[in-house]
Amino acid sequence: MSSRQSARASRLTEDEINHLIFKLHASLQHHSNSTCNKKRSAAKILKRTCNYIKKLQREVDDLSDQLSQRFASGDINAADADIITRLLQL
Amino acid sequence: MNIQPPNSSSIKSRFAVKFVQAMKRLSKRRGMGDRYKRYRATRAAARVSLAAAVGPERAWSRAVLRRIKKRRGLIGRTTTNPRRNLRGLVPGGKGMDYCSLLSETAHYITCLQAQVQVMQDMLHLSSP
Repeated sequence: MSSRQSARASRLTEDEINHLIFKLHASLQHHSNSTCNKKRSAAKILKRTCNYIKKLQREVDDLSDQLSQRFASGDINAADADIITRLLQL
Repeated sequence: MNIQPPNSSSIKSRFAVKFVQAMKRLSKRRGMGDRYKRYRATRAAARVSLAAAVGPERAWSRAVLRRIKKRRGLIGRTTTNPRRNLRGLVPGGKGMDYCSLLSETAHYITCLQAQVQVMQDMLHLSSP
């Protein structure tokens, strides 16, 4: 956004960037393989991250489609209070 | 960089409430007999409700909420024109420095996971 921010970012070394990427990977924990070795390159982690985001977004789209069919008519009024209550208890 | 995992359960409950409210409004709207319109409206409601549940504390949710305020289309960028890199996938990603992008990505993914879980639960709970 501001030029100050981008100047600061350009001073991140490649090592620091790689470190941040590995931290991201660790925090995601979507790869349950515990033998995942750190030699996996930063580029591969980023690619996996992108694929995972796309997968989640597609899942949201698909669920939106199914939910839009389910609540097509006005019967959501009867169901929604019940749904919210049970959702919040989960 | 601050990778604080978001409180999943509070995001889930806030998202659930907002999304069901949005669906309620949708079901009363005109023109929702058209299946595709209904789908697009539901999808938009899901995205908006998630960003609203997170609030303005994250850059990615601010970016989504800004788009709504400007009345620009929410749909069409990430799905009809699939981006291959992270900046194109995370809302607001293009304007961020790289460090913030990675932090926002981790938070965004956790929120997406929470959203998917809630929507799956809604589907199962509402089975006739």
